[in-house]
Amino acid sequence: MNFDLRLPIGMMFTLFGAMLAIYGLMSDPAAFKKSLGINIDLGWGVVMLVFGVLMLIFALRARKARDRG
Amino acid sequence: MPQTLNLAGIDYAILIIYFVFVLSIGWALKRYMKGSTEFFLSGRSIPAWVTGLAFLSANLGAQEVIGMAASGAKYGIMTSHFYWVGAIPAMVFLAIFMMPFYYGSKARSVPEYLKMRFDEKTRGLNAISFAVMTVFSSGISLHALAQLMETLIGWNYNWCIVISATIVLVYIVFGGLTSAIYNEVLQFFMIVLGFAPLVFLALKDVGGWSALKAKLIPVATNAGFAPGTFTESWSHMGSSLENPLGVGWFGMVMGLGFVLSFGYWCTDFLVVQRAMAANSMSAARRTPLIAAIPKMLFPALVILPGMIAIALYQSGDHFLPMVDAANPAKGLNYNLTIPMMLAKYFPAGLLGIGFTALMASFMSGMAGNVTAFNTVSTYDIYQSYISPNKTDRHYLTVGRVMTVLGIGISVGCAYLAAQFNNIMDMLQLVFGFVNAPLFATFLLGMFWRRATGHGAFWGLLSGTAGAAIFHGLALTQGDVPGIKGGWIAQKISFHSEMGQNFWMAIVAWTTCFVMTIVVSLATEKNKTDAELAGLVYSLTPKPKAEDEPWYKRPVTVGVLVLLATLVLNLIFW
Repeated sequence: MNFDLRLPIGMMFTLFGAMLAIYGLMSDPAAFKKSLGINIDLGWGVVMLVFGVLMLIFALRARKARDRG
Repeated sequence: MPQTLNLAGIDYAILIIYFVFVLSIGWALKRYMKGSTEFFLSGRSIPAWVTGLAFLSANLGAQEVIGMAASGAKYGIMTSHFYWVGAIPAMVFLAIFMMPFYYGSKARSVPEYLKMRFDEKTRGLNAISFAVMTVFSSGISLHALAQLMETLIGWNYNWCIVISATIVLVYIVFGGLTSAIYNEVLQFFMIVLGFAPLVFLALKDVGGWSALKAKLIPVATNAGFAPGTFTESWSHMGSSLENPLGVGWFGMVMGLGFVLSFGYWCTDFLVVQRAMAANSMSAARRTPLIAAIPKMLFPALVILPGMIAIALYQSGDHFLPMVDAANPAKGLNYNLTIPMMLAKYFPAGLLGIGFTALMASFMSGMAGNVTAFNTVSTYDIYQSYISPNKTDRHYLTVGRVMTVLGIGISVGCAYLAAQFNNIMDMLQLVFGFVNAPLFATFLLGMFWRRATGHGAFWGLLSGTAGAAIFHGLALTQGDVPGIKGGWIAQKISFHSEMGQNFWMAIVAWTTCFVMTIVVSLATEKNKTDAELAGLVYSLTPKPKAEDEPWYKRPVTVGVLVLLATLVLNLIFW
């Protein structure tokens, strides 16, 4: 089957990560009283973004290797 | 109770985007569903990492996430026995010893294996009881989801049922098992990435592990236990009076660790189906092992938040709601531990991720049951008893119809559960009777070639009867005779319902084991050795894995997984 699951996973978490990081940057710091004063949206958004991008890189590399082979 | 979670625009956006991805995966897979093998078995073409995570995720329904956090709050770290005793050893056993028969026999389902190994009536018994159980479990999942959403956010119960059932329906009708598996993997990452920050924030808030340990001492002593009861998993298992589980080590190891755990992980088609979809024998055997690695770390993700919640509660932070605000004696509503912690720590944005993870796990719990149901009802019931010898195309269509039917019945069950709580308790009790003896049948079937069809069938029935009779004689202190037990006479007394349940499983298993042997010896062997090749251990060539690197050899990885689990037990002894 020609369907690499890493592609949708990567796309989804790249999107979620970017959304969260941007939202965290724009939010009023008072919103983060709940999360012990940590801008967790920005921090965790970046983590998810990195995870998503890594998944995309793996998926695209696998596709390239398959096209060549 | 008023609504307790306030979702902002970004949270809704995340939820909707998630559903769009879920449905698109189903849509994208539609063109690959050419025949029934693709629809029910994913064409045996899925790589091991995907089947492995799906294997784990199929079991990681919301009841598990919510229930394990609740148990963490109620029992402390002893809840880890459900992982390190009650899951990992059975998963390793499945990988090393049982997968060769399931995958190698080319059986398309667990009931079909029973037919190949034993006979038609054993398959029929298993297939019908399994089909009924999955569809009810799916309904219970659906009900729990709608009820929680109604409580937390004030969503309409009916709409909640309709929308989640429709989403699951659409992606399974399009993409079959592959769709369910892919979405389970997506859900796995949602759960991990959605709950990891919760653990981080909660642990930081409570002051770290050693502060948590200190704060859990009064929780234990107030309940009348030794100070370390909530943070030491084995030290207080000497007798059922020493710990909040109300279970001694023998009942726990045999009942949970052996009978219930092996019965579930090694014979339940819901999880085994994921491994059967793997693209090779080697991948099928690695599936439970790949699942075991995150599984052994999951206590940190689901039990730890519960422990922290109760520690904070003890120190005066009363964010956990009562079961009944008017009657505090009824105690805390532990089932709201996870949702309350999400509400407490997560700001808008991250709350969307955590909430979507919760919602996703309800739906994939339902989808897992539905895919197991449509396979068994199409292959083992429809094709076997109603309409054999049709074209493959026909069975593919029937599979889609069964999906719609299964979801329809699930919705009915959800409303039944909403109306009559007792009916669901009763059904789950009966399911317990049916499931408890199963592993004895499989163990004898796979490792004793003399076991016969009659032996298996009567062994299973008597195991179920044994469970029912034991339940009728046993009662937990403080319970009223009836659905909780003791409806024949109250001869055996337990300190907790969990202990009663574990011992019921032990009795059912032993009854089935003994009866299968007795009846097998008294009846003629109904399959020749040639027919049993590939189905029984002594008559099957051992799979060779020598040419694979060490990390792909099931035995090597299995031993490493067991060693790591042992170390975890020792650290938190």
